Amino acid sequence: MTKEGNILDPLQVAETWHRQGRAVALATVIETWGSAPRPVGSHLVIDGEGNFQGSVSGGCVEGAVIAEAADVIQSGAPKILEFGVADETAWRVGLSCGGRIRVYIERVDG
Amino acid sequence: MNIATLKSLNSARAARRAAVVVTDLATGRTQTLLEGEPLPSEWEAAISGALRSGRPTLATLGERSLFINVHLPPPRIVVIGAVHISQVLGQFAPVAGFDLSIIDPRTAFATEERFRGTELIAEWPEDVLTARPLDRYTALTALTHDPKIDDHPLRAALEAGCFYVGALGSRKTHAARVERLRQAGVAAEDIGRIRAPIGLDIGAASPAEIAIAILAEIIAALRKRELGWGGEAP
Repeated sequence: MTKEGNILDPLQVAETWHRQGRAVALATVIETWGSAPRPVGSHLVIDGEGNFQGSVSGGCVEGAVIAEAADVIQSGAPKILEFGVADETAWRVGLSCGGRIRVYIERVDG
Repeated sequence: MNIATLKSLNSARAARRAAVVVTDLATGRTQTLLEGEPLPSEWEAAISGALRSGRPTLATLGERSLFINVHLPPPRIVVIGAVHISQVLGQFAPVAGFDLSIIDPRTAFATEERFRGTELIAEWPEDVLTARPLDRYTALTALTHDPKIDDHPLRAALEAGCFYVGALGSRKTHAARVERLRQAGVAAEDIGRIRAPIGLDIGAASPAEIAIAILAEIIAALRKRELGWGGEAP
């Protein structure tokens, strides 16, 4: 982990951004079904301006997660999102590999 | 997540210390549990399972839905001795997901040509292990047969609580080693943690077979280890 350096580690990035006074949300893959591009526990960190680091999928749903993160940063209330081909949103965002994932988004407070 | 939670998590990760983050999905409340801290008894089964496998998990406790994320330091193997067995071990270990480095002060053994692609440090273990200390997520194998080289790292590994400590050598060699360690003041219980003869008993004969037996024993030690959670020594 330390070898990778700070800029690629979402949790370290989250701490750095918070120290810089930026609003920060953290997204975490909490469940996967079928073939999912990123394993459970993977993180994506997003700031108030939509900058992000890390990933919760291979890039398929990051856009939607980043948009939802703006809401979470505003309200402070955590959210759970589900993405996958079985979902009606599959026509807009979805996992091309055919899997499904659940993503938890929370604000970094304090 | 509270910033204090995030900070304690990051410092644990930087220190190669295991950590678990439990998130209550209904309330959004998060809690970090660090290795060595007491574990809430109702979470113990779910958390220890996640820790052993290294896989995060969802758990339902009563009416609460919890997400348990696990942050384990990546396991690594430190080999003392640039010998034939370590040449093979250096090739197999990365395939099984382990970082591996070899330490041997004898420059005649520790040549780039024999260990292409493997991290090789031609210095005394005392010096290397001071700069890069062993820890609970490290396996140490002492393969030189030479007390001058093997004994110090073996003691360091026992002190650091390495999840695996193994030493090559016949029963007679090991008996002499046990005696030296005992006289140096190492507790009998600690000495008993040294796996010798090294490797699973699969009748391994060639250096490659012995390397496989050692790697298999390391994997078993990692996956079946006592967690040393709850303030207990490893």
